[in-house]
Amino acid sequence: MRRLVALPFAKSCQMAYQSIRVRFFRSLVTTMSLVLAVAFLSFTQSGNDIAGGLLAGGRPHDIEALAKAGYDVQPGTAGIASSSKERWIIFLSLLVCIVGIINAQLMSVTERFREIGTLKCLGALDRFIVRIFVIEATIQGVIGSLAGALIGALAAIAAALLKFGIASAGFMPWPEIGSTSLVAICTGTVLSLLGVLYPAIVAARMQPVEAMRVEQ
Amino acid sequence: MTDTKKIVRVSAVTKDFELGKIVVKVLKGIDLEIETGKYISIMGPSGSGKSTLFNMIGGLDKPTSGKVFIDEVDIAQLDAYELAWLRCRKIGYIFQTFNLIPVMTALENITIPMTFAGVAGDQAMERGMQLLDLVGLTGRHAHRPSELSGGQQQRVAVARALANSPAIILADEPTGNLDLTTGEDIIRLLKELSLTRGVTVISATHDYKMLNVSDQVVWIRDGKIDKIQERSELDIKTGGLAAAHS
Repeated sequence: MRRLVALPFAKSCQMAYQSIRVRFFRSLVTTMSLVLAVAFLSFTQSGNDIAGGLLAGGRPHDIEALAKAGYDVQPGTAGIASSSKERWIIFLSLLVCIVGIINAQLMSVTERFREIGTLKCLGALDRFIVRIFVIEATIQGVIGSLAGALIGALAAIAAALLKFGIASAGFMPWPEIGSTSLVAICTGTVLSLLGVLYPAIVAARMQPVEAMRVEQ
Repeated sequence: MTDTKKIVRVSAVTKDFELGKIVVKVLKGIDLEIETGKYISIMGPSGSGKSTLFNMIGGLDKPTSGKVFIDEVDIAQLDAYELAWLRCRKIGYIFQTFNLIPVMTALENITIPMTFAGVAGDQAMERGMQLLDLVGLTGRHAHRPSELSGGQQQRVAVARALANSPAIILADEPTGNLDLTTGEDIIRLLKELSLTRGVTVISATHDYKMLNVSDQVVWIRDGKIDKIQERSELDIKTGGLAAAHS
């Protein structure tokens, strides 16, 4: 008796979307830590991009201002790389972010044990459950990272305009800022996915009775 | 052997639970055969193991030893796909705590099992509406569980259990969280379904209201079957009970 049970992709997307919409504030909390971490990443990297752009512009006044702002300016080099200290801080912030996401997702999955058990009673396979959670995390990840990257890049641009004057707008390296934001969005989405994977697999593997025995 | 079909067969089933270092023997060897189309009540005091037996029959938990056959298929032999298929198509579950999905409307709750079974969207919606009519909730399709009363939620759960026209409906204390009259309504609904659709209804309960409609009552005591009574033997008992209350 080999017959299949199915959950069409569109339907899982709909279920994930519905779950986020109804539990909007809970999703917001989960997404918030991601927004902050991605904003920080995007801010520092865009800041470096802008400094690189100004350096390439070659105005002596700007280079002086860059040196004063603490950038390691060496004549003749094309761009400005992030310092190792900066990289460490970014790494730590992302680490804190992923721990935060795992924590929030574990909570939200635990809250839904009964729901997961019920779905399994109705014939859901483990991977349907995982898939719903992964889609939810992807939606949260993309939206959160988008917001974070935008906030970070805008803050970096605003900071540069304040520090180096309006004229620096002419030297903004837009393509670099764009690609930096894109990288930040991808990083954020991947972090969100990594964060949900463990809780979702734990939940999906539970026997339906165990899941429903949980007091709520 | 009689010519009636046995839909469920439980043979020498035991179940132990490990609580720390102590092993609690909840079921101590249960043998049970259930015929198609009957309305069966599993009765017993709390802690007697009736919910555990119920979970075994429903394939929600695995026995420590012994075998459970549904439609002559040993459910211990099924892989994850087949077990999911069995839960989806053959068995409809009703729970004491209703267990509707809180983020979905009544209609969506009813159509989930159909989605899993591969029924197309429109067809599932149409059948969902019919089932809502059947359980007496016409016009409540867009309500979320939180907007429905306990009795109404349990009606949605009954409709959901019927979604894929299962052969068996398993009801674990279906009236446990309902008041007297609402509970009676649900029992009447289940009995009606059993009669008109030929569904086998198996309910674990300690609600004596169930006795009136049961074809057979299985009394569980201390992890064993105490006795199995047919309807005819019961009438005297329930009469006596009713008399005692009046």
